[in-house]
Amino acid sequence: MTTTTTAGPPAPAPRRPRRARRVRSTEQPVLGRSPVIWRVLGYALVIGLASLYVMPFVIQLATSFKTNPDAAANPLSLWPATPTTAAYQRLFGLSESHETVPFLRWLGNSAFVTVLVTAGRVLFDSMAGYALARLKFPGRRLLFLFLLAVMAVPGIVLLIPKFLVLSTFGMFDTYAGMVIPLLVDAAGIFIMKQFFESVPREVEEAARIDGAGVFRIYWSVVLPMARPALITLTILSFQGSWNEFTHFLVSTQSAEYETLTTGLARLVSGGLGSGGQFPLKLAAAALSTIPVAILFFCFQRYFIRGANAGSVKE
Amino acid sequence: MHKPALRGRQGPWGWLFVSPAVLVLGLFLALPIVMALWVSLLDWNGQSNPFTGGQATFVGLDNYRDLLTQDGLDRTLFATSLRNNAYYVLLFVPLSTGLGLTLAMIVNQRMLRGRSLLRTTFYFPSVTSTIAVSTIFLFLFQGSGAVNSLLSWIGIKGPNWFADPRGVVWVTLGNLGLVDPEQPSGLLADHSFMGLSWFEWLSGPSVAMSTMILLATWTTSGTFMLIFLAALQDIPRELEEAAALDGVNRRQLLRHVTLPALRPVLFLVLTLALIGSWQVFDMVYVMGQGAPGNTTLTPAFMSYQSAFKNADYGQGAAIAFILFAIILVLTGAQRWLLRERGPRQGRRR
Repeated sequence: MTTTTTAGPPAPAPRRPRRARRVRSTEQPVLGRSPVIWRVLGYALVIGLASLYVMPFVIQLATSFKTNPDAAANPLSLWPATPTTAAYQRLFGLSESHETVPFLRWLGNSAFVTVLVTAGRVLFDSMAGYALARLKFPGRRLLFLFLLAVMAVPGIVLLIPKFLVLSTFGMFDTYAGMVIPLLVDAAGIFIMKQFFESVPREVEEAARIDGAGVFRIYWSVVLPMARPALITLTILSFQGSWNEFTHFLVSTQSAEYETLTTGLARLVSGGLGSGGQFPLKLAAAALSTIPVAILFFCFQRYFIRGANAGSVKE
Repeated sequence: MHKPALRGRQGPWGWLFVSPAVLVLGLFLALPIVMALWVSLLDWNGQSNPFTGGQATFVGLDNYRDLLTQDGLDRTLFATSLRNNAYYVLLFVPLSTGLGLTLAMIVNQRMLRGRSLLRTTFYFPSVTSTIAVSTIFLFLFQGSGAVNSLLSWIGIKGPNWFADPRGVVWVTLGNLGLVDPEQPSGLLADHSFMGLSWFEWLSGPSVAMSTMILLATWTTSGTFMLIFLAALQDIPRELEEAAALDGVNRRQLLRHVTLPALRPVLFLVLTLALIGSWQVFDMVYVMGQGAPGNTTLTPAFMSYQSAFKNADYGQGAAIAFILFAIILVLTGAQRWLLRERGPRQGRRR
């Protein structure tokens, strides 16, 4: 049924009025239009604000194509005096002149960890969310309270504790230690639980009468229906683990496990005294942002739903 | 419930379905807290295993005492980190909430063109990694960086942002000629609390810390905007129309219709901001690691530093638990404060 249609998601993101040209005439402002002068000032303010949010990224991109002296001398200019891709060449190991930055290693680690974590979260969060929403089992209420309590613990408090557990289990400085603790997140379980509760029970009952077991109902009936929620979770997990920093900082030590975030952080904070090489650093930062940026521009509404998952929890 | 046969079948399945989640959250969230609580009572340097004896010594509450009541370097440093973070909270929470609300109101204007593009623009910094945007800010706020170039256009000589440990309160008052920021006088210099003089407590965030507050506001306001926007769009339009018929003006509409409708969301956002602002870490790590003059040191970073840099895991864990307590107490206080004044007691739980 709903599995094959591409109809809108059942849990709507913030509605935005579909504005077509023909609608405008009916869109009467409640309080009448403001005088022209206020509207001009208003637009000026809005454009000013928007440029505050955009300019840093524009300057970043422009600077990544500059030479070191150019970046230091003209930090504001949006056009490199002598455009160069030297920074990018160094990151991809194409230039011989300098010591290279193991950027491809970071990229590989980030991609590897992100794929595993995302897959794990989508599977385990949806299983737990389904059980909490639909299955009756002893201890369910207690488990729910446990999840609430776990979510209340501020992540930063866990820096040292996580290290303790990882080193006790011999998982410190391994991929297992980087990935396994991130495989489940309580917030994701809540997103999925919320969704499964909105699915009509009749659907499952019909399948049950046809003789489907619990796992089959979950896997073949309910999960395909949950596509919008699964996409939200996938995107949030991808973004979360791609941008993750503190966990990798305390779960690893060797350079071979550095990710884009930990590698970049070391490159940037280590080179503080030198102050230079900003084209290189900004190019690395830009490259590490691009996957998330693409994802964001393609799947904005899912990010938006994620941002509002917080308000749903209440 | 009244179908025992079904229930009997579902029980094992339920546990099977939640077992990965329980296992991971139990092992990497619940168990660690218990272990860290034990470690916070030890003097342990990270070598050997502290749970089987080894080289760790049980010191009871000594770690907590050093941080809170015992005169000494530890307490002074911890007090400094608390002061830094308190200023961060004081500025970041109202700034990011206010800006988030303002942005939401802007992109909620029905008459405004290009609203969805604006929404994307404001939200984009929120989805990028703190490490990457910190890198950008390091470049923009260098001594001879873009921000200071801009300021020089209007005749202001900007500070060397990340190297300036002066507190902004004293810088401002100093520029007005009211105090000498270099020479604390009388009362302020002579009295102290937790090893810091009143002068140091009242200094305001340092110039370096202020840039971090700006960065945090910049990256968080977009998220808050979206949360506010969802709430704004849930306000029935009829309500505004009815108010308009009654002849209210914009300000009255905001005061009597919009803001009351936003109350629960405002509470949520304030709580998120408060919880988040006691956990500043990534930024500190990249942008200064406490420098200059410990004015960007936060308790979260000090906890990390104590454990992983100075190999004093007991102290690091103790700081983490004090931080936990601060967050719990402040969130509770905020909840209580906001409930008392509300005309509507309708919040559940």
